[in-house]
Amino acid sequence: MKTASRILGTAFFEAGFEVQDAPRFGAERRGAPMFAYVRADRAPIHERGVIRDPDLVVVADDTLVPVAAAGVLVGVGERTVLLLHSAEGPELWRERLAVAGPVLTLPPAGEALDFVGAASAGAAARFVGVIPREGLERAIREELAEMPLALVERNVEQGLASFDAMAPHAGIVCEGRAADAADRTPPDWVELPFEAARVSAPAIHAGATSVEVRTGLWRTMRPVIDYEHCNRCSWVCSTLCPDSAIRVEADRTPRIDLEHCKGCMICAAVCPPHAIGAIPEREAAAQERGEAAPEGASR
Amino acid sequence: MTRTLVTGNGAAAWGARLAEADYVPAFPITPQTEIIEQIGAWIDEGAMAARMVTLESEHSMITAAGAAAATGVRVFTATSSQGLLHGMEMVYGVSGWRAPFVLVNVSRGLAAPITLEPDHNDVFAARDSGFLQLHCATCQEVVDAVLIGYRLAEDERVRLPVIVNLDGFYLSFTREPVELPAADAVRSFLPPFDPAGLGIRASQPTSQAVAVLGGTPYSYFRYQAHLAQLQALDVHAEVTAEFEQRFGRAYPALEAYRTEDAEIVFFMTGSFATKAKDAVDRLRAAGERVGLVRPRLLRPFPAARLRAVLAGVRGVAVVDQNLSLGKGGVLHAELASVLYGVPDAPAVLVSFIGGLGGRDIGAEEFYEMAAVTRRAADEGRTPEPRLLYTARELREVRKLQGIARAEHDELANEGEEARR
Repeated sequence: MKTASRILGTAFFEAGFEVQDAPRFGAERRGAPMFAYVRADRAPIHERGVIRDPDLVVVADDTLVPVAAAGVLVGVGERTVLLLHSAEGPELWRERLAVAGPVLTLPPAGEALDFVGAASAGAAARFVGVIPREGLERAIREELAEMPLALVERNVEQGLASFDAMAPHAGIVCEGRAADAADRTPPDWVELPFEAARVSAPAIHAGATSVEVRTGLWRTMRPVIDYEHCNRCSWVCSTLCPDSAIRVEADRTPRIDLEHCKGCMICAAVCPPHAIGAIPEREAAAQERGEAAPEGASR
Repeated sequence: MTRTLVTGNGAAAWGARLAEADYVPAFPITPQTEIIEQIGAWIDEGAMAARMVTLESEHSMITAAGAAAATGVRVFTATSSQGLLHGMEMVYGVSGWRAPFVLVNVSRGLAAPITLEPDHNDVFAARDSGFLQLHCATCQEVVDAVLIGYRLAEDERVRLPVIVNLDGFYLSFTREPVELPAADAVRSFLPPFDPAGLGIRASQPTSQAVAVLGGTPYSYFRYQAHLAQLQALDVHAEVTAEFEQRFGRAYPALEAYRTEDAEIVFFMTGSFATKAKDAVDRLRAAGERVGLVRPRLLRPFPAARLRAVLAGVRGVAVVDQNLSLGKGGVLHAELASVLYGVPDAPAVLVSFIGGLGGRDIGAEEFYEMAAVTRRAADEGRTPEPRLLYTARELREVRKLQGIARAEHDELANEGEEARR
């Protein structure tokens, strides 16, 4: 989504707008939920930080919606347009989330995860109605200039496809107006009461609490070990896993802890006999439930 | 000159590149790391002719920076938060050597508890070190302040290191339009470092590690560095006047925004000050005479200019994005010390603590700070310092405490059963 924000930011900037765009990461590394935001204005932008009342929210991964820490719906108000990459339709999401504003969907990223940034930016560019198609394309090419050309072309294709697909909704996101000083309700500041250190020191009364954080929920790709080809080296995947989510059994067989694997795919990249493959999480989860692979799945 | 979208970190790196820094000692720390990554990439691709050396800690990094600068090399380095603190012994050391270089600090709150998001306690920990401090509010200011910083540091009247400060996240990772000065224009503004009186030859060694006892020479050396800081006020005025002439951007030591007839003024540093500008505009639109005063130059402190700008103002809302534990906001104390006993000084300085650890400050909070300050001025009575903290935030903490209490009790019970 950082890519999406930069493409959209650059496209706005090229269309003559003042722009501010920024990603927001937590302390976690690859695979953690993150978001990015874009502000655009005809005048210089003095506001800063996370957008409190967004005009548009684009969700690349709909599995994040129920994750409280991801805060997907924070600030969504009655005029906020919500766009989700999802296999489920907009009616279902509108009902499920009880949001007042327009809800739209694009097909889930799935195999096209590498292009979700361009696809998101393409849709957003159409929604705001002030970015020409060529401007979007130039912005994608500029932001991805360091990628191999073939990948750039696929991104352009995906970005323009969602730009075109959202044609019926052109201009659905319109310029917001900042509230006047007189209109705002004052903040409900409180006096922070004194509390003794046994209450107020930042302590966690438990060991191994990180186990409780099911970071496996963040995974979009799942590593799968082909035990026929695993050479039981006993250390490469498990040592290089940045989350210590691969344990090695006494007989040197590696086991992936899917509750905590974030799907960074480092194990797949480093496995010497190439015995670790990758499948989209959605597909893997469907297989686990004993369902047929969803339509369009690769295998 | 072209306008392009650049992050605060990118702007800092551009500052180093345009200044043609020759030596870059480096150590990674979030949210600063992108600066050295960018410089490293430029060196690799031949766009920047500098030598980067990755050191094993910030203590060594700042030592290396000071040592190289003392040999007459133009040095750039960058750090943040814990890194600045880890190098703090040498922060004081190299300024005592009178080694001129620029260090970019990307502000981030200090542990414990640990955070990544910004407040100014890190850079204020270096407040008394002898480094000049330039505090930025925009990405544009970052690249320009690095260039101005070298002119200040290398000026014979000053010859002290300079910290250029920008806020983590709110600037470091945020792209906004920046006009990157042309390289040849920068070369005329900031020619290659002329290290008159500095430098080293193997046959004529110099040592910076002077030991002095008895207080007399010590007092002399420390006070001389202080006097050099005070000289830097004039040098800053000269250098920024020249910068404005060449590049069209004015950087007075004090940014005074809509203060001409202001009754109430916000006083603060850093990137949240642009939010205050929006608040000033909207309060003005609602008929209130409000302004903003923001020191760019925090060391040396522009005392005389502050007295002049604030003369006749009724009340100042001091917004401290820092906290001196056991005292309060640092800027509040700094401002009070230069206004006390001055005729025409504002009657009330109201202290607000906000933005700790990157906590946002909302528009409605700026309006309320202005209202509280106006009431204080009307009543002639200064209220207690106020932490910007809402009932909702306290509920969030109560929730976390509830979880902690449950965990604590559970562990205690388990322990008791085990001991039985």
